[in-house]
Amino acid sequence: MNVPDTALLLARWQFAFTVSFHIIFPAISIGLASYLAVLEGLWLRTGKLVYKELFFFWSKIFAVGFAMGVVSGVVMSYQFGTNWSGFSAVAGSVTGPLLTFEVMTAFFLEAGFLGIMLFGWTKVGPRAHFFATLMVATGTLISTFWILSSNSWMQTPQGHAIVNGKVVPVDWFKIVFNPSFPYRLVHMSLAAFIVAALLVGACAAWHLLRDRKGPGIRKSFSMALWMLLLVVPIQIAVGDAHGLNTREYQPAKIAAIEGIWETEKGGTALNLVGWPDMQAETTRYAWQIPHLGSLVLTHSWDGEVRGLKTFAPEDRPNSTIVFWSFRIMVGMGLLMLLLATLGLALRRNGRLYESRWFQRFALYMGPTGLVALLAGWVTTEAGRQPWVVYGVLRTRDAVSAINVQQVGTSLMIFVMVYFLVFGTGIYYMLKLMAKGPDLPRDEADATAPDTGHGHERFDHRPMSRPTEPIDE
Amino acid sequence: MTIDLPVIWAAIIGFGVFLYVMLDGFDLGIGLIFPFFDREGERQVMLNTVAPVWDGNETWMVLGGASLYAVFPVAYSVLLPATYLPIVAMLCGLIFRGVAFEIRAKARRTQHLWDLAFIGGSGVATFAQGVILGTLLQGVTVRDGKFAGGAFDWFTPFNLFTGIGLLVTYATLGCGWLLMKTEGELRRRMGVLMRPLTLVLGATVGIVSLWTVLGQPAVAMRWFSRPNLYFFLPVPLLVLACLAGILVSLRRGADRTPFLLTLAILFLGYTGLIISIFPNIVPPSLDIWTASAPRSSQLFTLVGAAIVIPIILAYTALAYWVFRGKVRADDPGYH
Repeated sequence: MNVPDTALLLARWQFAFTVSFHIIFPAISIGLASYLAVLEGLWLRTGKLVYKELFFFWSKIFAVGFAMGVVSGVVMSYQFGTNWSGFSAVAGSVTGPLLTFEVMTAFFLEAGFLGIMLFGWTKVGPRAHFFATLMVATGTLISTFWILSSNSWMQTPQGHAIVNGKVVPVDWFKIVFNPSFPYRLVHMSLAAFIVAALLVGACAAWHLLRDRKGPGIRKSFSMALWMLLLVVPIQIAVGDAHGLNTREYQPAKIAAIEGIWETEKGGTALNLVGWPDMQAETTRYAWQIPHLGSLVLTHSWDGEVRGLKTFAPEDRPNSTIVFWSFRIMVGMGLLMLLLATLGLALRRNGRLYESRWFQRFALYMGPTGLVALLAGWVTTEAGRQPWVVYGVLRTRDAVSAINVQQVGTSLMIFVMVYFLVFGTGIYYMLKLMAKGPDLPRDEADATAPDTGHGHERFDHRPMSRPTEPIDE
Repeated sequence: MTIDLPVIWAAIIGFGVFLYVMLDGFDLGIGLIFPFFDREGERQVMLNTVAPVWDGNETWMVLGGASLYAVFPVAYSVLLPATYLPIVAMLCGLIFRGVAFEIRAKARRTQHLWDLAFIGGSGVATFAQGVILGTLLQGVTVRDGKFAGGAFDWFTPFNLFTGIGLLVTYATLGCGWLLMKTEGELRRRMGVLMRPLTLVLGATVGIVSLWTVLGQPAVAMRWFSRPNLYFFLPVPLLVLACLAGILVSLRRGADRTPFLLTLAILFLGYTGLIISIFPNIVPPSLDIWTASAPRSSQLFTLVGAAIVIPIILAYTALAYWVFRGKVRADDPGYH
């Protein structure tokens, strides 16, 4: 297929743009769904109103994120056909069924129980309601399961045969549980929990800085920091294990991430920073620490790491990009660890709700979960290049016979529509967060009927949950 | 004897697409006739009639798209590049419409802008679907199992006309739905609007059918060769009967009949489409067996579908049952 390089590049940009925008919303809703389940569980167990107050507050933000995630997700699946028809034709027989199973198992679980979770307070008992919340949270995780399975198969494909140039699934168990799947699934789910914890923490910090120190604000600040203290170290350990797995199955990706060009005997140094130059085949301005590369990547003092030069030039991922996206992700992770540890220290001193510099730090850390998540996606996806299905199908052969005008026009349209529509959604979420939780409402108020005029309630759409007007 | 999986899947997807067209058809139609109604009260009542079921309607498209991708990946990889820009337009239309649907009730000063997004989004999405339908009916250039046509092959007078045709169809469906679901002054005005819409719909169906037959000898052959003619003749006759039925029932002030008969016309039109193209999935040269995924993919997906689709159907039926009956302007408690 003779697709001009510009068209291929634009198609890749379009995919990167739409997937980056999309992933924000599911990440928030996966994390918040579990948080809501925890809040409701605690409320049922302790009977403390503060948990109910927080449940009501965060369910509004969840509802907006969920609605945006569904709408932006539809675009993704159609792009496999419009821009990447080579991929659909060759590998659709594996990725298609996995995607369909996501729709069939997760989508309907969520759709079925979302209504009860958001509006069913007076219609079902507390236990049934809690069950609905658990099902919504489970639905988001099942969704993650299938999508990550599909993505992992593209990274470490197995369980298939190639017949007449097309992928034929042979063993579905091996396809679903491919070698990198467990690491990716856990890494991504924890990332979503961290995204939500940082948002909850930043929201609470914002209110604390304005001297709103009600029990809801303090409780959510405290919970977010406990969550980070628990999950961030686990995430770092999982990331490390994931790295070992990647070295085994995608050595070129590891070499590109580390900017390592030569295979060195007797221990590899780690490039702390530097500028990998794809043309000159070297990493410029590198600050190196001897043996650390081997230590991190092989867990031994002088383990061998393959350099990029051992791969043919046309098989090398772009090291300049993944070197830095990886460092952004790790850097954010270390800042999160710092935040959680400082939080613990301040808690010991009893100054958690007083220390303004720490609250400012927590506020600025709010978006870093999403930044790290996006940087991680760039690392893993750009690191898989030039393959779309690793070792099976090259990205160049996956693209449709599209022309530059077509893909360029649609990219522009998507950029405009996304910023306008999802920008509005994000603005609304921030606005809700800035308003903060109300005092616990009584149940009659929480389910008051709605005629749908302006700020009045209208009770069976996800976004009927928040009652605040968007433009006042 | 082995089971012919492609035929089973073609039936499932055919059924799913029909349900989508039928269900999303009337709620897209509401967006199309939105401009004729008052912003304050009437439009919200119109939205209230579909609010509890609208998500479920859209789900059929997601399921249809995902299954087509899973079990007929070759058709997917041909059809989507062939209708690239209409697909992009449809998606953008659906985004605007979906978000406007949610945000309208939250907006005060900017409500008119969200109404515009809802109307525009519904219009663009419907028109694009009509163009895609026309492209399918007219045929797509395929070489070596890949799309081999140009970027603007879909831009033909026939396809633009099927775009308009679908606008008319959905508007009629939407109007019929609201006739069934509303009362008082709003219902009376729906009755007034339904009559001209029905007449235009009849004319459109006639023109599209004639144009298809005249333009495509292969389709004409299938319809007019004997004994096919005797089997297929009832299709156009039934369409005429339904059109007459709508007009008569409107005069009698019936509530449900106009909507049900419009659905029947839609069903007949859909049957006509299938008669014209089967067993091709992308006419003129790509049939369901050539376009199929490997047997293992179709079987794996079928296991899931056999469990899930009945559940979805039951769930959908339940939702429509729970929210049955008229919706009133000052109706806080119907949900």
